[in-house]
Amino acid sequence: MKSLGNIRRDFAPWNKPDAKPYIQFKDVTKRFGDFTAVNNLSLSIYEREFFALLGASGCGKSTLLRMLAGFEEPTSGQILLDGQDLRGIPPYRRPVNMMFQSYALFPHMSVEQNIAFGLKQDGMPKADIDTRVAEMLKLVKLSQFAKRKPHQLSGGQRQRVALARAVAKRPKVLLLDEPLGALDKKLREETQFELMDLQQTLGLTFVVVTHDQEEAMTMADRIAILDKGEVMQVATPAEVYEAPGSRFVADFVGNINMFEGKVADRDGAGATITSANGVTIRTANAGDAAAGSEVAFAIRPEKIKVSSKKPEGGDNVMEGEIYDIAYLGDMTIFHVQIGNGQVVKASSLNATRATEDPLSWDDKAWISFRNDAGVVLTR
Amino acid sequence: MNASWSRFNITAIVLGFAFLYLPIVLLVVFSFNESKLVTVWGGFSTKWYVSLFHNQGLMDAAWVTIRVGLISATMATVLGTLAALALTRYTRFRGRVLFSGMVFAPLVMPEVITGLSLLLLFVAVGLDRGFFTLTLAHITFSMCFVAVVVQSRLVTFDRSLEEAAMDLGAPPVKTFFQITLPVILPAIVSGWMLAFTLSIDDLVISSFTSGPGATTLPMKIYSQVRLGVTPEINAACTILIGIVACGVIAASLVNKRREVQRLRDEQAAQRG
Repeated sequence: MKSLGNIRRDFAPWNKPDAKPYIQFKDVTKRFGDFTAVNNLSLSIYEREFFALLGASGCGKSTLLRMLAGFEEPTSGQILLDGQDLRGIPPYRRPVNMMFQSYALFPHMSVEQNIAFGLKQDGMPKADIDTRVAEMLKLVKLSQFAKRKPHQLSGGQRQRVALARAVAKRPKVLLLDEPLGALDKKLREETQFELMDLQQTLGLTFVVVTHDQEEAMTMADRIAILDKGEVMQVATPAEVYEAPGSRFVADFVGNINMFEGKVADRDGAGATITSANGVTIRTANAGDAAAGSEVAFAIRPEKIKVSSKKPEGGDNVMEGEIYDIAYLGDMTIFHVQIGNGQVVKASSLNATRATEDPLSWDDKAWISFRNDAGVVLTR
Repeated sequence: MNASWSRFNITAIVLGFAFLYLPIVLLVVFSFNESKLVTVWGGFSTKWYVSLFHNQGLMDAAWVTIRVGLISATMATVLGTLAALALTRYTRFRGRVLFSGMVFAPLVMPEVITGLSLLLLFVAVGLDRGFFTLTLAHITFSMCFVAVVVQSRLVTFDRSLEEAAMDLGAPPVKTFFQITLPVILPAIVSGWMLAFTLSIDDLVISSFTSGPGATTLPMKIYSQVRLGVTPEINAACTILIGIVACGVIAASLVNKRREVQRLRDEQAAQRG
């Protein structure tokens, strides 16, 4: 079988049946008064994994993180860390450390005092603390800023101090709450790779909360997509993108075209789908969608080809008109209105500097895609 | 805005400042008066300052005032800080609004009523009026001022600082003393200073709750004035004004310098 996406992953303990999860949420529910923040949720995270909790605000992702850190107790259910039930263990006795969204640097302490704070609480000898702090400062490239106070640092430097402080105690698990949320775009992209390198170097398990899907896709080994306190899907970035499990996930991650319709006919693994507004789609893989059932056919814009002439052969070819064009430099996004009035998004990579048959607004155009390019969603 | 000095502006400023400061200037000027008559200028002299320090009654009263001020300001700061913490932290208990209202009510309560009710209480429980009751009364009325000052700081306090400390292994008590307290310390200090100032110049409540041997400076001055103003009183007041002015100017200079330094640091950090 072909693999999804173009990256081979050798680290995949979640596929090994005998691998033991490191962190386990078992039927965890958390209510605040009448509001259910986390609803009967189960989740397994493996050692050394970079795990992302992705969702819109209010989906319960931060609550999950705070329950792991010990700031909230689950209303019901169990959280296990390395086989140990965490219920009743206060935050200051848990072998996890957290990097806060606001960084929460102690304003009255210098950078090195901030980093040493956790080590002091453990009663580490002074000489060892000094060595560890120096090591941490070097790791985050802030050695020359050791004596500064937090307000004398830039946003990016503060973020690195917060990170150094959180990993200084060598926790079993590092929790990161929107770690890059306060940085500007360019710095965020650089820092994503720094975080990934750091996780590799230290060999820690990272659990990161984010609302930014690009961030989750870039950094995480696996992503859990949450909505209204429930897990919608847990999978690798490629699986989430190429094989979303539901309409919600497909729509939440990236751009997608959806054709709502019915399965007209099944033949082996494939199927013919007639959309509600009269388009017929051939797909080679329809999963377990039964003939006659209501489904959505979903296809990513980059998998749709736009051309000015009708392509020869192929299963899915539709005639339409260019409705809108967005030129982004690296690629161009076409909005094509097909026969039934639906507007389909198609993006094409600008791999060459010039093309022979450029398209313009209101041109007749053909869209086409392979029969294995989309997914059939039953949920 | 046009910065020219119109005649109207000048008049307004002169009148305004005269209204505010003329009485004080007169008091200071006449404290250096040679003559015993307060309103007749008899030449420059510092003799009233010398005789002030030999006036045992005034010196005793000053000493009582300072002791009451120090003790009551300190106690009020402890209690007021605790009240502020409780009211900002435990936001979900029944009757919270009522409680916070009750803490702040004494701010607007007429002093006569506070004084009278304290007097009635002390009489009812059979406490002999003196230094102890005076200090208690001062703690009572200055506590709510401290609570207001500290609470306004706590409202903007980032709770994740405490969570971070606990996350790094500090139990709640350690977290309070190592993180919370140092961060809100400036507010606590200014609460203490406010309480001390209020205690030093209180007359009404002191008159109700004090007894023999516990006369404060304002009480002493007030009772002496009833027998006629002496230049000694002017001298005493001039010293008080001097102390207060120095305190206020020093505090604002320190604040200003810290603010400027902070801005400069932040700009430097932004530049990298």
